[in-house]
Amino acid sequence: MSSPSDPRPSGVIHDIGYRPYTGERLGEGAVAWSLFRTGVRNCFGLGRSARSKVLPMSLLGAMLLPAVVLVAVLVQAGEVLGLTGQIVPYSRYALITQVVISVFVAAQAPALISRDLRFRTITLYLARPLRRSTYVLVRLASLLVAVFALVAAPLLVLYVGGLLAELPPARETELFLAALVGALLLAAVLSGLAALIAAVTTRRGLAVAGITVVLVVSYTVVTAVQGLGTEEGMPRLAEFAGLFSPYTLVDGVQVWLFDVAASTPAPPTGRTGVLFLLTALAVVAGCVVALLARYRKATVL
Amino acid sequence: MIEARQVSKRYPRVTALDRLDLTVGDGVTGLVGANGAGKSTLIKILLGLLPATSGEARVFGHDVATDGSTIRALVGYMPEHDCLPADVSANDFVVHMGEMSGLPHPAARERAADVLRHVGLAEERYRPMGGYSTGMKQRAKLAQALVHDPRLVLLDEPTNGLDPRSRDDMLALVRKIGTEFGIAVLVTSHLLGELERVSDHVVVLDGGRVLRSSATTDYLHTTGTLLVEVLGGTRETARMAAALAAVGVVVRTSGTVLEVEASDGSTYDVVRDLTVELGLGLVRMQERHHHIEDVFRDEEAGRVQPV
Repeated sequence: MSSPSDPRPSGVIHDIGYRPYTGERLGEGAVAWSLFRTGVRNCFGLGRSARSKVLPMSLLGAMLLPAVVLVAVLVQAGEVLGLTGQIVPYSRYALITQVVISVFVAAQAPALISRDLRFRTITLYLARPLRRSTYVLVRLASLLVAVFALVAAPLLVLYVGGLLAELPPARETELFLAALVGALLLAAVLSGLAALIAAVTTRRGLAVAGITVVLVVSYTVVTAVQGLGTEEGMPRLAEFAGLFSPYTLVDGVQVWLFDVAASTPAPPTGRTGVLFLLTALAVVAGCVVALLARYRKATVL
Repeated sequence: MIEARQVSKRYPRVTALDRLDLTVGDGVTGLVGANGAGKSTLIKILLGLLPATSGEARVFGHDVATDGSTIRALVGYMPEHDCLPADVSANDFVVHMGEMSGLPHPAARERAADVLRHVGLAEERYRPMGGYSTGMKQRAKLAQALVHDPRLVLLDEPTNGLDPRSRDDMLALVRKIGTEFGIAVLVTSHLLGELERVSDHVVVLDGGRVLRSSATTDYLHTTGTLLVEVLGGTRETARMAAALAAVGVVVRTSGTVLEVEASDGSTYDVVRDLTVELGLGLVRMQERHHHIEDVFRDEEAGRVQPV
């Protein structure tokens, strides 16, 4: 085979021994950014197994499909039908697709948050330079951005379609941007609540069930109360009922802030709108505080 | 590297650490104690994850109470419990953990490949970790503790749940980390015998206090006793014992092992010559060392499980 004069015969793996790392070490900001990026990608199943991609990707498809159809109708038959605006207003889209959004949040919040607690991977994160609060806030931010992307993507489709159909650009842009603010608020409320539930119930199945119940049941009950209140002549009750589901809450804020058409039978009137905005902000702030408190406890280790 | 002074950790009902003093230097340091002796609590305090009730601890000169983040950048930690997500491959996971320690992505990938090779995870590193055996999980846990090339690793019960063969592999690896890799190691175990094999220094913890702390060689000095075993059963052993006694050597029989008092080097020759004369086969002739368990036998700390 190899002669003694050939000290490096081919086909032999040399044990080069342990090599110390002398390269660059990044600071907390870069580490947090990396965790954030991984989190957002994981929410859509990217960088995970093929099976984990099925649900988030089909939900994204389900969100986009109606928007694509609406745009197609608008572009192809807008003039025939005499349409002068979007068939479905931007601000109403999230309410119409609320089931899809709820399923996405219920499936992905536990995947992002309960998972670290369940497998106790949290210990490994905390044993690294990242501070505990940074970890919690980054995880929440990844979920928020993922939910926002899901809600905002069809709005973008509608907006681009609207411009193609030669709707007035200034008005469309204004409505689109207003709806984006609404989408951001909705994403914040939803991910705050979902993250908190996922952090408290470390078991994934329990978290999925908990989040589904809170989001879907609250919406159903609120819609029922609003319908009853409007019909039975109790408008104030119907109005306040809107505070108790994230979707109607954010819709109320949009109605009050941007004066868009209401999508519920009982939108807030007059100064009640302030209450809606304050409630939404309080829910988000409350969830962040509760989350931080949950992770501060040593039992998490 | 590690200096702890009068560190206490008290919970409402139990005292986990009781005014503990500890110094850890280079090489491999073993921390022995029963479950509940305070090993894991000490490690969490050293990582700055758990505040001490009183006392002061420094790692590389950084105060654990105020500078935990700096310490955690320099230290690797392998927890005692399971901590691996089931749906990720070891390769992806170790890369991610490298990034979490501040390595840029390309460097994290290269380091992950390196450490996974060192801990002995081959092709299986691309499979989800949920299907791993305990031995493979322990290796993956060790790999994530090494990926950022720390200056010190804290290994909490790395041999827990392993079969004897994997246990030996893991201990050899621990030894290698402390010597060849040049990374200081603090390794815990409730099994005493393990640590005498791999540690340069052993600290015995009991009830949150340091029972004893000294170099391993102190525990293991020779006793002047030879252990001799011959081929066959009790009959052959008895013949050998009788022959040794006949030439004036002090000998005790325990089972099929003879404990021979060796006054000087000539005893070896006597044993060898007698076996040949009697036509027996010599299975073992070995100096008897003190075992670390003797520390416990002497100091009456009965709560620690012997090997």
